[in-house]
Amino acid sequence: MDLLSLFPAWLLEQGPAFVIVLPLLMGAITAILPSRTSAWWVCLIVTLLCTVTSFGLLLQVYSEGTSVYTMGGWDPPHGISLVLDVLSAPVLLLIAAMAVVTTVYAMPSTIAEIEPKKRAPFYAAFLLCFAGLMGMVVTGDAFNVFVFLEVSSISTYALVAMGAARDRRALAAAYNYLILGSIGATFFVIGLGFMFMETGTLNMADMSRILAELDGGSRVAKVGFGFIIIGLGLKLAMFPLHTWLPGAYAYAPTKVTVFLASTATKAALYLLFRFTFTVFDPSYDYVIVVLTYLLTGVGVVGMVFASLQAIFQTDARRTLAYSSVAQVGYMLLGIGLATAAGIAAGYLHLLNHAIIKGGLFLAMGAFWYRFGITRLSDFNGLSKTMPWTMGAFMISGLSLIGVPFTAGFVSKVNLTIAAADKGWWWAVAIIVVTSVLAIIYIGRILLAAYFGSPPEIDGEVVKRNEAPLMMLVPMWAMALLSIAIGSNILDLGDFFVTASERAAALLVGSGA
Amino acid sequence: MFSVIFEQYNYAVVIILMMTGLYVVFASRNLIKKLVGLSLFQTSVFLLYITIGKVSGGQPPIIVETHGGDHALLEPVLVAAAAPNDAAAYAGQSDILYSNPLPHVLILTAIVVGVATLAIGLALVVRIREVYGTIEEDGINALDYHYNLEGTDE
Repeated sequence: MDLLSLFPAWLLEQGPAFVIVLPLLMGAITAILPSRTSAWWVCLIVTLLCTVTSFGLLLQVYSEGTSVYTMGGWDPPHGISLVLDVLSAPVLLLIAAMAVVTTVYAMPSTIAEIEPKKRAPFYAAFLLCFAGLMGMVVTGDAFNVFVFLEVSSISTYALVAMGAARDRRALAAAYNYLILGSIGATFFVIGLGFMFMETGTLNMADMSRILAELDGGSRVAKVGFGFIIIGLGLKLAMFPLHTWLPGAYAYAPTKVTVFLASTATKAALYLLFRFTFTVFDPSYDYVIVVLTYLLTGVGVVGMVFASLQAIFQTDARRTLAYSSVAQVGYMLLGIGLATAAGIAAGYLHLLNHAIIKGGLFLAMGAFWYRFGITRLSDFNGLSKTMPWTMGAFMISGLSLIGVPFTAGFVSKVNLTIAAADKGWWWAVAIIVVTSVLAIIYIGRILLAAYFGSPPEIDGEVVKRNEAPLMMLVPMWAMALLSIAIGSNILDLGDFFVTASERAAALLVGSGA
Repeated sequence: MFSVIFEQYNYAVVIILMMTGLYVVFASRNLIKKLVGLSLFQTSVFLLYITIGKVSGGQPPIIVETHGGDHALLEPVLVAAAAPNDAAAYAGQSDILYSNPLPHVLILTAIVVGVATLAIGLALVVRIREVYGTIEEDGINALDYHYNLEGTDE
């Protein structure tokens, strides 16, 4: 591939370590930088470098296959390895790209949302969170996953709490997230303990091999699997364990909300893919039982209930947050199908939903930035006062519903076909019903914005006041990307579909 | 029945601590008490890891200087790390049986993570106390009730 030859060999060779170490180091340096502007520049340059590297790594994985990087030259299973394959490389690029998008957006939004002296630490915590998420995706060592999970989680608690400058409820939300997030991570580490007892290794590839030799392992492995699923379930907001999510998304600073919504739960979902299909395998009877009954069950129930809850929110950010819980249900349904088509559809929806929900929350932040609007009752006439922002919101919103020629349509259709192929017609029905529910909760906002008239303040109609360019560019990038995927402009749609199919082929293929 | 409990009393301790911790987290409405419960819960996991590192009859994993400080001595330690439950795997290579040091290393990391979580949790409670003037969950919910409904204070 021509593009690949543009990347220097050393960067591709050291890339997996580079994308973790760079933000980790620069995070520490950013924390002591004096001014906000320099912190922003450092953050932008670091995330850009990581995005370029991730893109190179993705191309490398596609042309040369799975790459294993041995930390410090210690071979696995003794040493810690970083593994990049067709499953992890797209998620890696997604996280890095979303970090760039939110950093560009953060220039105006943090000025409005964060106190001046806290801005440098804000970017530092963001870089730490970024490093943790990249690490979660890249690492091939199960305990390393826990460490990176906590690196990203702990910085996220601080980031969410920084929303207190504009809404005091951010503090209680961050506290709730801390309690539940720590319980989730601890469940995960208990599960790892059981897996270590069973297999005596922490390297994921090695663990998978030993488990296959043991034919799924004894009751210890089953208990370990249960703990790991519940731990990850808390992190990825699986339906009954999602209670931390609406508060954390609604009251965090916009940059954090966008980044969390489009990457943090996605990284945890990636781990769910990794653990259920690579480390464990659906051919073990306890795994397939959990996939078919538990993950599908909570996925479907979550789709319906979270969509219903989204309809009855008065705060638009909470509507979108509950919608995120519902969308996680689609991805869980894809995993629960446990067929190549189902996994591909779930994985595709993971990528698409990151772009869609990112665009929606970016627009939501702009509404607050100009008019202080978060409540649904204040949306009247926003299409006249902020036409461009509302336009981007509408496109992403339609994509969330699954209107044809948008990204949401592609993944929902793929998921529907996968469910129908397996004969799960009830699941098809539920996908349709929840899409109708999505029309209602997105439609409420669009209706008020496009058919309401702008409010009058002191007898004067509120004038047009568009969001700054640095906010418009990221949200339109998301909206246009969503259309490009849905309409297959520049072959982007094919690229995403192929990426998800290759990831699914890897996961199903490893089940031999 | 009782012999099982006495032989595996370490697990009994772990389970009791774990359940106590979880119960405290969910049952108490005081933010500090919740953090105490969380720490207790995490501590039980440290204990679980440390007890599984023990190999019956094994001595502390410090290399015994019988062969003149040869680097080849590292080999049994590595083999032990690869197969902690399999005494035979490294019994053939060295006549000294070591306990598995790996869980201890892991738990050192987990302890640091636990301290960081506790620190940020306490910092949050301090901020909540400053803003709300209470650290009782019911009090915070009561103060936010109007705010949630109307989007304004009072």
